[in-house]
Amino acid sequence: RFVFRMFVMTKTKKTLAKPNVKNIVLVDGVRTPFLLSGTSYSDLMPHDLGRGALQGLLNRTGVPKEIVDHIIYGIVIQEVKTSNVAREAALGAGFSDKTPAHTVTMACISSNQAMTSAVGLIAAGQCDVVVAGGVEFMSDVPIRHSRKMRKTMLSLNKAKTLGQRLSLLGSIRMGHLMPELPAVAEFSTAESMGHSADRLAAAFGVTRVEQDEYALRSHRLAKKAQDEGLLSDIISFQVPGKNIISADNGIRPTSMEQMGKLKPAFVKPHGTVTAANSSFLTDGASAVLIMSEEKALALGYKPKAYLRDFVYVSQDPKDQLLLGPTYATPKVLEKSGLTMEDIDVFEFHEAFAGQIVANLKAMDSDWFAQNCMGRKSKVGVPPMEKFNTWGGSLSLGHPFAATGCRLVTTVAHRLQKEGGQYGVVAACAAGGQVFLPKYTYAQLARADTEYSRGATVQVFLVHSFGLFSVHVLCMKMTMCKSVQKHF
Amino acid sequence: MSSSLLARTYANYEIKDGVAVIRINDPNSKVNTLSKPLQAEMTEILEEIWGNSAVKGAVLISSKPGSFIAGADLNMIQACKSAEEVTTLSQEGQKMFDKIEKSPIPIVAAINGSCLGGGLEFAIACQYRLATKSKKTVLGTPEVMLGLLPGAGGTQRLPKMLGIPAAFDMMLTGRNIRPDKAKKMGLVHQLVDPLGPGLKSPEEATIQYLETVAIEAAKNLANKKLSVKKEKGLVQKLQDMVMGLPFVRKQIYNMVTKKVMGQTKGLYPAPLKIIECVQTGIEKGTTAGSLAESVNFGNLAMTSESLALRGLYHGQVACKKNNFGSPARDVKNLAVLGAGLMGAGIAQVTVDKSVRTILKDTTVEGLTRGQQQVYKGLNDKTKKKAITSFQRDTTMSFLTGQLDYRGFDQADMVIEAVFEDLNVKHKVIKEVEAVIPPHCIFATNTSALPIKEIAAASKRPEKVIGMHYFSPVDKMQLLEIITTDKTSKDTTASAVAVGLKQGKIIIVVGDGPGFYTTRCLAAMLAEAVRVLQEGVGPKKLDALTKGLGFPVGGAALADEVGIDVAAHVAEDLGKALGSRFGGGNVEVLKTMVQKGYKGRKSGKGCYVYEKKSKDKKVNPGVEEILKNHKSCTDVQYRLLSRFVNESVLCLQEGILPDPVQGDIGAVFGLGFPPCLGGPFRFVDSFGADKLVQKMHRYEEVYGNQFSPCQLLLDHAKDSNKRFHK
Repeated sequence: RFVFRMFVMTKTKKTLAKPNVKNIVLVDGVRTPFLLSGTSYSDLMPHDLGRGALQGLLNRTGVPKEIVDHIIYGIVIQEVKTSNVAREAALGAGFSDKTPAHTVTMACISSNQAMTSAVGLIAAGQCDVVVAGGVEFMSDVPIRHSRKMRKTMLSLNKAKTLGQRLSLLGSIRMGHLMPELPAVAEFSTAESMGHSADRLAAAFGVTRVEQDEYALRSHRLAKKAQDEGLLSDIISFQVPGKNIISADNGIRPTSMEQMGKLKPAFVKPHGTVTAANSSFLTDGASAVLIMSEEKALALGYKPKAYLRDFVYVSQDPKDQLLLGPTYATPKVLEKSGLTMEDIDVFEFHEAFAGQIVANLKAMDSDWFAQNCMGRKSKVGVPPMEKFNTWGGSLSLGHPFAATGCRLVTTVAHRLQKEGGQYGVVAACAAGGQVFLPKYTYAQLARADTEYSRGATVQVFLVHSFGLFSVHVLCMKMTMCKSVQKHF
Repeated sequence: MSSSLLARTYANYEIKDGVAVIRINDPNSKVNTLSKPLQAEMTEILEEIWGNSAVKGAVLISSKPGSFIAGADLNMIQACKSAEEVTTLSQEGQKMFDKIEKSPIPIVAAINGSCLGGGLEFAIACQYRLATKSKKTVLGTPEVMLGLLPGAGGTQRLPKMLGIPAAFDMMLTGRNIRPDKAKKMGLVHQLVDPLGPGLKSPEEATIQYLETVAIEAAKNLANKKLSVKKEKGLVQKLQDMVMGLPFVRKQIYNMVTKKVMGQTKGLYPAPLKIIECVQTGIEKGTTAGSLAESVNFGNLAMTSESLALRGLYHGQVACKKNNFGSPARDVKNLAVLGAGLMGAGIAQVTVDKSVRTILKDTTVEGLTRGQQQVYKGLNDKTKKKAITSFQRDTTMSFLTGQLDYRGFDQADMVIEAVFEDLNVKHKVIKEVEAVIPPHCIFATNTSALPIKEIAAASKRPEKVIGMHYFSPVDKMQLLEIITTDKTSKDTTASAVAVGLKQGKIIIVVGDGPGFYTTRCLAAMLAEAVRVLQEGVGPKKLDALTKGLGFPVGGAALADEVGIDVAAHVAEDLGKALGSRFGGGNVEVLKTMVQKGYKGRKSGKGCYVYEKKSKDKKVNPGVEEILKNHKSCTDVQYRLLSRFVNESVLCLQEGILPDPVQGDIGAVFGLGFPPCLGGPFRFVDSFGADKLVQKMHRYEEVYGNQFSPCQLLLDHAKDSNKRFHK
């Protein structure tokens, strides 16, 4: 252990600061309690939850609202009435109406995209103080009229005479009335995320028992963290006209026997992914305050972490959809001159227990490293005692666009609590819990956190994005442009 | 876990958790076939398993990624001398599968890859079937396409399993059934997804996954956790009830027979025998049905039709190989000149295989039409759910439409499909050679202009080659490649490689007016025009040609090819090859072109083409023209003999390298009756002497168009001479 510490010490001398790039820090991060969709939040709208998180951030940090240069917010399933949800939430939360706000979307790493966009704005010298975050509200999703009906209704607007209108109305048939639900399957591959996770688990020989065990671990650790009061990023949320919500409600440590009773949810009858070993549909929002180090220090803040570096990678959306963490982890480590052993805290987004275990197996496989990644040898597996020790998306919940900020804040808190130095966040954007979202990309976000003496910690953000090509976004790039490029 | 000690060659098994996993792997071939040694080993294994009380179930799986069992070994049938021998083969298969059907322990067929013919009959004898959703997984009974029938219990089991109508459809069309459809039909019980790479290659991982799931199914069947009996839906119950009425069944047999007769003109015996076997099995019981199946199987194997179809099958396999070695470089960027029907078709089959393709035309209108054609082709596939809209869009992204020569400096091959005029072709070749890199191949898609005349304008004739596609390019399987004496071997290798990638069956022939296919077709069409002039109407002519087994009648074919093209070719070949190409008066065709009757593309040719009406009407204008050109029972043989004589002459002149490619080219490019197996197979089975006799008779009446060529005369003199051994 001593030797190991020494090693870390020598590493610390290398600050990981980059020449000519400002140091960027996480001042603080908060989130609303994450609730199973359809429970206490069910009558709200997405921007309400976003408002809650943003207001909570204002209260907790006491940041003067007029110094916030920009607000970036992520969301996946958009409410059409609030398409720039960032602006609606910010105004409602009491931010200055002079602060511009924009919304980003990148499936399950939308808030990671919000954070890296913030990093980009600061690194480029455009901003000094940026608020980033994300919200997801699955209790209500847009269900549309059919295309035929929409077409008829739009034509009706243009119809000039009564005759034209009547003939349009007369053209409406039963088929027009079928509503259009958000897609069940991925657009590119016509496969649902759960189905993909099940195939992935099979490809890595992950058994049902392994998945249930991992899910149970997640719930138990989350319960423990909740009981010990470690989930301090949560701010209470007052549901208008109802009670105050101050804790997550999806944490349910049961037993292997209970979990073993469930039938497979996607691949029938022989599949292994069930409702109990998948993350559930969740409502929730999160937010972080990001600044340049000099600004933070000038304002008298004691930042929680440095946000150092990040990587987005992308793979084949069919067979490698959920393998992002395996691809991205070594990339960001090599970029920073670190090894797996240097990392003290791992926070990986848990879309499915099967996906996490498959990634761990992939990282432990020479065959995979050689044949799929073009590496000489395997990546190496994160030690479980450093891995998601306060629970994860399986137990805490996974409001798609809010998860990224939760991961980064958790890394910072865990590093502080456990006295660690570097942390890594990885998230694959598994949009498709059980049935609703149509988001397809295996996306993955990671933050590496480096702790330096005093109270400041450096965080690297590493994100991977799951389509065909691999691109490393360098911090000097204008983030907004690169976002446009993706879509 | 224990494994059998005795290592066998074709199949082995090990016992996993009380389930015997039988793995098939033919060491000598890429696919597994149901051969005699495999059957023998399988019988041994099954006896061992049945004798082992520790074994509660069995799984039948192939170790080859792309093939479960691709069918019975055709050589086994080929080697038989008599119908009785083949019948015995069939009965042996029946016995083996009957035993499997009655197996005391459940046997699960785990299907990944092709499960066809005998392989499918094997699978349906098992108690339970699993199939992967892999692209390579297909199920089917293609025997009918070889002039045979499913001879190992298929005609008896399928109707019971799928219902009479679905079983007829499957056996009479021989179509490939994809896993999803198979599940819906009730042909398989459970589907398994193919896997991506994990701790092994996707292929290995998928087979292992399939095996694991199959073992689980076998165990569950053995301990009754899983039942094969499916609750029947109301529709199914109703259908069963209706099918229970002998009167209804009789109607079905009659209806199906009528349909088969309509489509085959009675030229193919196999479909009728399939109906007979099914009928016997259902009406008189399985014993009688099985006997009918094996006897008919034996008889069919000896028919000339089956021989012809099997010959085509072998020829087709042979023409899917590159005999010129691998080319020095892969064609990664291809450019097509001319966005007409052909050009766009070529572009479509190329982008389909993810090759970057430039489609160049001279006008915006032409280009737009061409790009629309490619899009429509892909979109039709999307509508049929063969590809997703996403795949359609990514495929389209490989296509670049343009009016200039931008990007031609990157082209590895240029295929020109511009207007059939030597001057235009010369102009194009010069323009293109100014912009393409030195290694780039120039291929010309002409149907009649001699390649060496086109190459005359080239600075690098060794890089010039003919690639004659057939319209519609995405449907027609044949590609005729034409080499001149200057074409280099690497150029040929490259053209064949591109054709194979496009999914074509390829014949490589020598240069000359009309090459091989056009020449044969022109000879036959010249005769067809004469027949029309003699007063046989287009409908009658079509009925006569179809009666021979051509899929499209002579007049309809001329419309498809284009009357202008036909006129052009007829005139050119007439000039080049002389009076042998006489017969019909070229003026007939020319007058039609003048009046705008250019065939289907112009809406009018021999027939009038209207978008909605299915029934073609004879173009009254053409009847008028024919009246003005007025100049028989032997019409069919007149048409056929001119075609065949020209084919044999092509072989004699060295245009054709061998009779196999001649047969393949004629059948797949021109629709020569498949039941005759191609012109050369026809001469063999009909008898060269008989054909020559007929031709001499026609020669007296019509002239030298019917003079048999020397090679045909040689074959007529010596009955031992045969084109196919």
